[in-house]
Amino acid sequence: MSAPFDPNRNLANVSLRHVGKPLVRTDAPGKATGRTPYAGDYVMPGMLHAKVLRSPMPSARLVRLDVSKARALEGVALVLTARDLPDRLAPTDIPGQTGQTRLKTDQQILVRERVRYHGEPLALIAAESVDVAEKAMSLIDYDLEPWPGVFDPESAMRPGAPVVQGTDNIVARHAIGKGDIDAGFAAADMVVERTYRTQFIEHAFLEPEVGLAWVDENDVVNIRVSTQVIEHFRFIADAIGVPHNKVRIMGALVGGGFGGKEDITVEIYLALLAKHTGRPVRLEFTREDSFVGHGKRHPFILTYKTGVKRNGKITALDVRLVSDAGAYVFLSPYVLLYGAIAAPGPYLIENLKVDAVSVATNNMYTSAFRGFGSAQACVAYEQQMDEVAQAIGIDRLDLRRRNYLKTGEPTATGYRVPSAVWTERCADIAWQALGEKTPAKGAIRIGRGLAAYQQSYGRLTFLHDTSEAWVGVEVDGTVIVRSGVTDIGAGQASALAQIAIEVLGVNMENVVVYNSDSAVTPLAGTTTATRALYMTGNAARVAAEAVRGRLVARAAKAFGVPVDDVVLADNKVSALDRPDKAMSFADLVRLCATEGIQRSELAMFRAPFTDRLDPATGQGQAFADFTYGAHAIEVAVDTETGEVTVLKSVACHDVGQCINPAAVEGQIEGGAAQGQGYALSEEMIYREGRLMTPSLSEYLIPTAMDVPVVKSIILESRSGVGPFGAKGIGEPALTPVAPAIANAVADAIGRRIHDLPITPEKVVRALHGID
Amino acid sequence: MPTVNLTVNGKAVSANVEARTLLVNLLREQLGLTGTHVGCDTSQCGACVVHVDGKSVKACTLLAVQANGSKVTTIEGLASGDKLHPMQEAFREHHGLQCGFCTPGMVMSAVCLAQNHPNLTEKDVREGLEGNLCRCTGYHNIVQAVLAGAQAMRR
Repeated sequence: MSAPFDPNRNLANVSLRHVGKPLVRTDAPGKATGRTPYAGDYVMPGMLHAKVLRSPMPSARLVRLDVSKARALEGVALVLTARDLPDRLAPTDIPGQTGQTRLKTDQQILVRERVRYHGEPLALIAAESVDVAEKAMSLIDYDLEPWPGVFDPESAMRPGAPVVQGTDNIVARHAIGKGDIDAGFAAADMVVERTYRTQFIEHAFLEPEVGLAWVDENDVVNIRVSTQVIEHFRFIADAIGVPHNKVRIMGALVGGGFGGKEDITVEIYLALLAKHTGRPVRLEFTREDSFVGHGKRHPFILTYKTGVKRNGKITALDVRLVSDAGAYVFLSPYVLLYGAIAAPGPYLIENLKVDAVSVATNNMYTSAFRGFGSAQACVAYEQQMDEVAQAIGIDRLDLRRRNYLKTGEPTATGYRVPSAVWTERCADIAWQALGEKTPAKGAIRIGRGLAAYQQSYGRLTFLHDTSEAWVGVEVDGTVIVRSGVTDIGAGQASALAQIAIEVLGVNMENVVVYNSDSAVTPLAGTTTATRALYMTGNAARVAAEAVRGRLVARAAKAFGVPVDDVVLADNKVSALDRPDKAMSFADLVRLCATEGIQRSELAMFRAPFTDRLDPATGQGQAFADFTYGAHAIEVAVDTETGEVTVLKSVACHDVGQCINPAAVEGQIEGGAAQGQGYALSEEMIYREGRLMTPSLSEYLIPTAMDVPVVKSIILESRSGVGPFGAKGIGEPALTPVAPAIANAVADAIGRRIHDLPITPEKVVRALHGID
Repeated sequence: MPTVNLTVNGKAVSANVEARTLLVNLLREQLGLTGTHVGCDTSQCGACVVHVDGKSVKACTLLAVQANGSKVTTIEGLASGDKLHPMQEAFREHHGLQCGFCTPGMVMSAVCLAQNHPNLTEKDVREGLEGNLCRCTGYHNIVQAVLAGAQAMRR
């Protein structure tokens, strides 16, 4: 374990040329001109088009499936059903683990007998055109017999409830126990207990899932696909029954992910169809396919019981979490664990008990979504802080100040975070920055809310995460970075470029990043869990520093100066205070090349490796580090219509060190908008397991009209475990937004709506005292 | 199959299409202009916005045959050679994009908006882009880019 961050230590006198500057991202020109090819833009000669036939019922038995008419249709190349497939399953666990036992989470690829969710695939079709594939789909005859289902997690836990799969509906449990919970409540002057509920949320990335697969001359199944995770190649290979080295995944710049392209989407269908037909196959989900075809954000039921002294010191916290895992496991156990670890929020709670359970239902399966359980926890713990403050009659920020976890203090799992904990500073700054309060007028009431948070970046440390990057220099002085990292829109590739040129002293126009190919770029792991910059950024930095070391050694020899006196900057090499000693970067590289000095390096970065948490108490190290910050909101609530308008939105995060401040601000502004949708308008509504909101006209993500100008205040403690002291910001940007809005609405109307989203209807009902 | 004749990005184009072929499919699949994106099937997202006779149009709401005889401009036709259109330059410079999937539609809508509003305000931009969804940026930088791009277009 590294030593805790000392906030009083002098920060290194770092003079950065490229890192920390708002450089235009390497991917920006292609995107602005429409030249960037997305996965859906690739075509091949002789390509077939695929469709997936899905179950319209959420819980049923497939009693008949007749594909003979579809197979007979002219232009149909192949129709696959479960009967045609070997007895294989699609794994749904986190990829890339070493030495860990996989959870029993496998899913049938196509329905064999039992349908478990609305949208579960019954058959795959490959045809000469999309039109023919659609016609074939309509020619498939099937009978589904309704089967008893269960559609909410509380019912699913009751004895006698229909079992979704396996022996019972309990998908996972986690517990955290710390201190003496009974003594903590006994010491309290008041106990406040509330239950909060969150909803199913859809990622709604703008680019629906899409891919193109073909089998090459070496019998390798190649798949060009929009994904956050190229390393699913192993599981895809297992699912179709070929060795791992016979599946190659090539990404493309991804049209948005947010966790929704973290699991396998189209890949197995494509691999099967390409393998069975011997022809290239393209599959593009429609928006409706996308809505029913990938996992959602987990709805959570969060019950918080807080014991507090009159002076605001929290003496005990008892948390119960129930999440709806839907019909298949996917990442539910991990999302639940994140929720349990995040449950107390950024506060020092000495007497803590968390009981968390994830439950299977016949709803859509749930999996990764930006915030990954931590966001749901924040919705509850930050509303609970306001409820506790109100109950004991002290200021909301004062209550928080009384309880913030401070630098060096232990988190819920007893882990002392190695970096700066600047929660209080962030919260105070964000709150101040709201400025003068907008006056209320007529039926319009104004309210303010704040939410602080603690959010991990990097994967669970017991997963033993690693990431690789390769950096090389060419004889003309240009730089190449190769890494498997997928770029899902946050500038992941561009950040690697900035890091490499910072270390090597060349300029942005002289670097190219090649990424996202499971066969030829070094494996970097997933672009998930706010880990890409932390893990791959560190790998790129280490690789670039190794190359730099060799170049500088050679330059020092040429100049006759110590290595520490060699300066690399602006594509030039020079010696400190020796204007006569200089050469171009390209000349130095050529010199190295002629002498056979290695001009490249493959580096692996390893996160801390730990054991699993203690199963009984949840104590131990779970993550390498956390990001801290806060979001402050001012809303206007129309008490006649119930409409909530966000007037002011201020974020203050300690990101450690910005690599590209423009990209950091972009993450924060985007997180603010997604968080606003989470709070106010977005909900995937399932009625008895059937999706009622299958399009963007029913599922309402914020538009340019809905979101205010977001003020981003970025602090840099330079204390993170990422490159140059960076922390992660991808998920943290979203986490505090929804509870801050919920707190602002409660402040405005004097009543709290405990379940998201806070729709106009709920506001009006609350104002009229209707439950 | 009906034949459509139109001018796309300044070039005369003739294509055989099915009567029900959408303009966006003609552009993407037959003409290979993949900068125009499809993000939904319900005309909500605006990723497919192009200009038809100078007006911004969601290319998924128009049949290819309806565009017969029209002048169509897509994102690929906006730049002059290597020189970006001022609106593209503004999106690049002001970080008005992240994943980039909505960007072509945003840029095309923005160009039209700037042409129709000589004194474009932030409110005009937000109202004018309501039919273009973005899930990454929170719109802030897009709005800034459009305001800057509109100003540059007037120069």
